Amino acid sequence: MAKQAAIELKNITKTFGAKVIANKNVNLTAYRGEILSILGENGSGKTTLMNMIAGIYFPDEGQIFIDGQEAVIASPKDAFAYKIGMIHQHFKLVDVFTAAENIVLGIKDGPYDLKESTAKIREICDKYGFELDPEKKIYTMSVSEKQTVEIIKVLYRGADILILDEPTAVLTPQETAKLFDVLRRMRDDGKCIIIITHKLHEVLSLSDRVSVLLKGEYVGTVNTSETNESQLTEMMVGKKITLDIERTEPENVTPRIVVENISCINREGAKVLDNISFTANAGEILGIAGIAGSGQRELLESIAGLQKLSEGNIFYHNPKTECIDNLKDKTPIEIRNLGVRLSFVPEDRLGMGLVANMDITDNMMLRSYRKGKSLFLERKAPKDLAQKIIEELEVVTPGVSTPVRRLSGGNVQKILVGREIASSPTVLMAAYPVRGLDINSSYLIYNLLNEQKKRGVAVIFVGEDLDVLLELCDRIMVIGSGSITGIVDGRTATKEQVGLLMTKTSDESVGDINE
Amino acid sequence: MIIQMITRAILIGVPMLYGAVGEIVTEKSGHLNLGIPGIMYVGAIGGVSGAFLYERACGNVIENMNPFLAVFIPLLCSIIGSVIMGLIYSFLTVTLRANQNVTGLALTTFGIGLGNFFGASLIKIVDSEVPTVAVNDTSDIFCSTLPFADNLGWFGELFLSYDFLTYLSVIIAVITSYVLSQTRVGLNLRAVGESPATADAAGINVTKYKYLATCIGSAIAGLGGLQYVMSYADGGWSNDAFGDRGWMAIALVIFALWKPHMAIAGAFLFGALCNANNYINGLGTETQELFKMLPYIVTVIVLVITSMRKKREHQPPAHLGLAYFREER
Repeated sequence: MAKQAAIELKNITKTFGAKVIANKNVNLTAYRGEILSILGENGSGKTTLMNMIAGIYFPDEGQIFIDGQEAVIASPKDAFAYKIGMIHQHFKLVDVFTAAENIVLGIKDGPYDLKESTAKIREICDKYGFELDPEKKIYTMSVSEKQTVEIIKVLYRGADILILDEPTAVLTPQETAKLFDVLRRMRDDGKCIIIITHKLHEVLSLSDRVSVLLKGEYVGTVNTSETNESQLTEMMVGKKITLDIERTEPENVTPRIVVENISCINREGAKVLDNISFTANAGEILGIAGIAGSGQRELLESIAGLQKLSEGNIFYHNPKTECIDNLKDKTPIEIRNLGVRLSFVPEDRLGMGLVANMDITDNMMLRSYRKGKSLFLERKAPKDLAQKIIEELEVVTPGVSTPVRRLSGGNVQKILVGREIASSPTVLMAAYPVRGLDINSSYLIYNLLNEQKKRGVAVIFVGEDLDVLLELCDRIMVIGSGSITGIVDGRTATKEQVGLLMTKTSDESVGDINE
Repeated sequence: MIIQMITRAILIGVPMLYGAVGEIVTEKSGHLNLGIPGIMYVGAIGGVSGAFLYERACGNVIENMNPFLAVFIPLLCSIIGSVIMGLIYSFLTVTLRANQNVTGLALTTFGIGLGNFFGASLIKIVDSEVPTVAVNDTSDIFCSTLPFADNLGWFGELFLSYDFLTYLSVIIAVITSYVLSQTRVGLNLRAVGESPATADAAGINVTKYKYLATCIGSAIAGLGGLQYVMSYADGGWSNDAFGDRGWMAIALVIFALWKPHMAIAGAFLFGALCNANNYINGLGTETQELFKMLPYIVTVIVLVITSMRKKREHQPPAHLGLAYFREER
């Protein structure tokens, strides 16, 4: 049987604002009766591209063809008319409704008859092998069940092109295997399935073809049967780029923080950190690489005292007293007073660390308000500090009394990082400090981190860009699914080496559980 | 005496039932309308004004009045008044995304002020000795019962002795309950209140549902004010006599766990509790006031119990009180 193109993208380009190019000249074809993987690092434009097919974004340039006909997809409704269904990473479900109620929500197909709909849902379940009780309430469901509801929701609406955005990110290996069985059955039924992922072993085991994106650009498409992990890694991480970040030799390297076998369990009961041990040295930048959400945040929060550890110890070598403290038993404030500073730039930038509605001075005071001795707050010093940060880090702002929410993302980050550095820390943890910054501002931050390193601070840098990690850090620790997959020397490691460590992890964890 | 106690409890409970059902409809769309007391007040004065003008047009002679118009005009005036209040609230909170609590409280203050202004104006027109205005003829028409009801003894008194708005309140509560739980419109409305982003993604017009729910809810609540004047107060209006019934209605929403059919029993229980002080001998003026607290104490107890049980179905809509921005997904 000749392959029939279900969806074809031609020269798709999408930009956000003037600077950020999310997708550039992407060409892609997906066929009926096959599973196509879209592979790429974080921020490579996979989700943006798929959102354009699902009608959430509209491409700036290029054409989309569906079954050979040019299609204009301006809204999710249009996408539905073309029988395209997308399952997002974040589920859109009403918690107190049953699965069936969620599935029929918003559909107008004759009289409202939940019994009939339930029968139809059961039919879909039987056809593809889903396990779902349509009368179960969402809030009693596991993540995998919720995902099943989302998938059935699009199938119920008659979709035959399914896009799944990182469907396995939240699943256990067993649940993943079950999902893959279902997807294979849907493929055999003639549906076109596109799955966005960055996990190589999944790509190899599930898909028929792989398309790779790198920094918004289309790299190429290969048949899964004709490729291997190292070829895909190379396509995914690209050629090494030289950045010219100054890297001095570490001096007076002594252990500052020793993490011993820590584990951490989140509210859902999943292990987010699994038996992690490492040492962060004074006078050195330790890079942390990994796919987003592999436990970076939890790791930094554990050190800062914001996460409860289920196992393990974190020892802090105090340079002043030369004592060794166990941070596990200390409150976040005590840890802060030891000089351990965390500057975390989360996805929404203002989520942690800064208060959006307060001005720059007040945000400085969040760190100093305990210091004052009089009844009233000491405002002079924080104001001077704010002024200093604005000048030194070239923050673009009308003044120190501007609410932080009015500043652009990059400027907000400079203030956050600047404040943490200003307190002359002994340990500085920076997570994604250059996210969304332009080149110049990024270099400003790199130089700041380097300066701290020279001062003998133990710097822990969580980054996304492998090129930066390789040029900036003395050592790079790679974590995947909450456990360490390798610690490499920043001077000798190659991009492919780190890339493989990042993606291979899940392979091993699958193996662990199957054993 | 027991029969009398029950009929009295029902009579007191009905305005609260209207208010509670109206508030439930509104809250199901995710909007906490604390303007309900003001809206009920406006519903009441709207009805009184309509009745007053119609009675004057008929020369204050009951024989000249057309029974249909005598009911229809006050009903329409009441609904127009409360729907306008609902529109103000929805424009502020849905379109302009103003803080719901502040808007609601402002609306209550505004509604009571507006009601008192019209009340005082009507009192000035009749130029009476006491600061009241009475629309007794209209009240009589509102309260007319089936002709054979009086001959049926206790049965007639218990079941057939009420004004039509009392029966209507129960019918509306039952219909609302049915619509919310058994129809597509109800499903969509609940989705809007629980998770507007989900509803939006499913193609439901969130703004439309919020506006309609708030305005229909206000209309229902306003009828509570009308019933109070026409039936409980026998057509007599004096400023501020409506009291805290609006707040009781909001407490009743919590008591009924956001279920209109539960509100029916709750309203009659609240009515009985409000009236309990009249049936206990030897109460002084101060101890009477203590008894009037009973409905609130019961509400607090219900809140404590349901909070302890943490059953998700008994919680308020998840998005209650929060404005919905489509961009903030």
